[in-house]
Amino acid sequence: MITAERKPLEELIEYIKPFKRILLLGCNECVTVCAAGGRKEVGLLASGLQMAMLKNGSNIEIRQHTLERQCDPEYVEELVPMIDSADAVMSMACGCGVQQVAMRFKDKPVFPAVNTTFMGASERQGVWAERCQGCGNCLLGLTGGICPIARCAKQLMNGPCGGSTGGKCEISNDVDCAWQLIWDRLKALGLQDRYLDIIPAKDWRSGGGSGPRKIIREDLAE
Amino acid sequence: MKTESRLEKVLAAGHLAVTSECGPPRGTNFDEVVRKSKYLEGIVDAVNVTDNQTAMVRMSSLAASIIIKQQGLNPLFQVTCRDRNRLAMQADILGAYAFGIDTMLCLSGDHTKFGDHPMAMNVHDIDSIQMIQMVKDMRDKGLFQGGADIKGPPKMFIGAAANPFADPFELRVMRLAKKIAAGADFIQTQCIFNVDKFEKWMEGVREKGLHKKCYILAGVTPCKSLGAARYMANRVPGMDVPQEIVDRMASVPKEKQAEEGLTICVETIERLKKIEGVAGFHIMAIEWEEKVEEICERAGLLPRPQV
Amino acid sequence: MEKFEPVIVAFCCHYCAYTAADMAGSLRLPYPSNIKIIRVPCSGKVDAQHIVTAFEKGADGVFVAGCLEGDCHFKSGNARAARRVEFVKKYLEEIGIESERLEMVNMSAGMGHRFAQVATEITQKIRNLGPSPVRTTMAQ
Repeated sequence: MITAERKPLEELIEYIKPFKRILLLGCNECVTVCAAGGRKEVGLLASGLQMAMLKNGSNIEIRQHTLERQCDPEYVEELVPMIDSADAVMSMACGCGVQQVAMRFKDKPVFPAVNTTFMGASERQGVWAERCQGCGNCLLGLTGGICPIARCAKQLMNGPCGGSTGGKCEISNDVDCAWQLIWDRLKALGLQDRYLDIIPAKDWRSGGGSGPRKIIREDLAE
Repeated sequence: MKTESRLEKVLAAGHLAVTSECGPPRGTNFDEVVRKSKYLEGIVDAVNVTDNQTAMVRMSSLAASIIIKQQGLNPLFQVTCRDRNRLAMQADILGAYAFGIDTMLCLSGDHTKFGDHPMAMNVHDIDSIQMIQMVKDMRDKGLFQGGADIKGPPKMFIGAAANPFADPFELRVMRLAKKIAAGADFIQTQCIFNVDKFEKWMEGVREKGLHKKCYILAGVTPCKSLGAARYMANRVPGMDVPQEIVDRMASVPKEKQAEEGLTICVETIERLKKIEGVAGFHIMAIEWEEKVEEICERAGLLPRPQV
Repeated sequence: MEKFEPVIVAFCCHYCAYTAADMAGSLRLPYPSNIKIIRVPCSGKVDAQHIVTAFEKGADGVFVAGCLEGDCHFKSGNARAARRVEFVKKYLEEIGIESERLEMVNMSAGMGHRFAQVATEITQKIRNLGPSPVRTTMAQ
């Protein structure tokens, strides 16, 4: 999923200060799962903003609405009946959702309420960790199902650097050394020899090196 | 001979090679580079010029290498994957070679987290093994990494680093094999304090015959003080300083510690000389360049051979 | 200024604090009438939103009362509640409400005296803090 974290209230207040009627949007997808911008967080933020603004002496009106999927235009369309009664929109969706709303309603200021962080997986309740950088040319088949691009601090594609100690990365004891994990997996699979294959320099064009990326499926595109 | 590198000539002639290093200044002082390099003149076969070591901004390794070259010494140009993409690396390699710099070291680089710009983006467009491949293709095929011809390919003697003390230990020999397969001509190892563990690693190296495919320079560092020994033992990732070294430093009074550190270093070199496959020494006397001569003298590494 | 009487919302777990409050009543132990008790099936059922809404609606103080450590009827609801209270405390500070206005307390069903004591102490603390900044502005 795409993970996110709420921005500090102070920053959000700065955004909405000039406005009276705010439409606060959530999204039912990734940000709900990582507890950053679902229906619940929208409610919590609405209360917090309301109280903080009240303390500053301004009474704002916050309307809450959570879309099924904010990165999809057909769901964003749902906002048409309520957009006119808002002076500004604040979205708790990931950056994709925020932009989708901004694109659709060109004359409406749209502000992000979260910092979109990474593509990750849940390690346990309340803990998410980065797993993929969307490089566009997946190496997992060569590296025992563990990504050195997303999980090695130096993106090393051919083995651990000299800072790997006791299975941990040199940057922090909280970070596993990706290459230790890869090596352990290769051993468990009896594929140690695969380590000797040199993974050649990556073509980053698929990874954003050639500018913004787009996927067009001819069979589906209209 | 693949190159004109003095280091290659020394090694090819079967002599124990000696390299040392010179960290460029954190400023623009030309004379500082000259001053440091003078300590090493006639003492070592090549002078490693570090590339923003420990991720702290310094004078560029290319510029400092040129200064050292102009003093008549042989710089060993270090390039990390942290700060440059493949365009910048290749450009600097062409520039270095144009100035007669023919020996280099390909490194991943310390993470920016440890330096004075932790907010900077780490580049890592390619990794150190891919860099070795790239430099080899530039030299042997006369091709840029992108595939185009180079007018006047740089003939670099290609070095890489190896850390026998990092984990997973069983992978460390394989990683060396991979660097050699990619095209490394010589290796400089992490500082060796734990000679037993290094010997174990070298056994693995010899089993695979890797010492015959590439020259291995064993890294050593003299401890300046007990504090320095403790720091390396506890704070530097991937360093293995056994307790007996720390204890030995602690057993002498403060004013004698520097002397003890030098003695330990010389003894380490003597032990390493006996290990089959060790082709020379890389003496990392960090901010202590003036002592390299004494270490070499005491370890019987002087005078340097004429090649 | 007239004498300030705080409104305090107490989220009380059915298996402990709620029964303790009941017991305080039957033992005729006096505790301030400022406490508005909301019975919950477990302190772990109290969501951040419930606490924040209480403040939004004008509460001057809130406490969440759960079972003693290790005694949760649902295993770990009280521990979750404690973590959630810490989370909301930080949020309250961001909003500009003193985090001391929110507290997590633990007791067993038999602790009628403790309930009365906690209720009295918290009421006194909130009285000293004065009305919540939200309530003050709402009144204007």
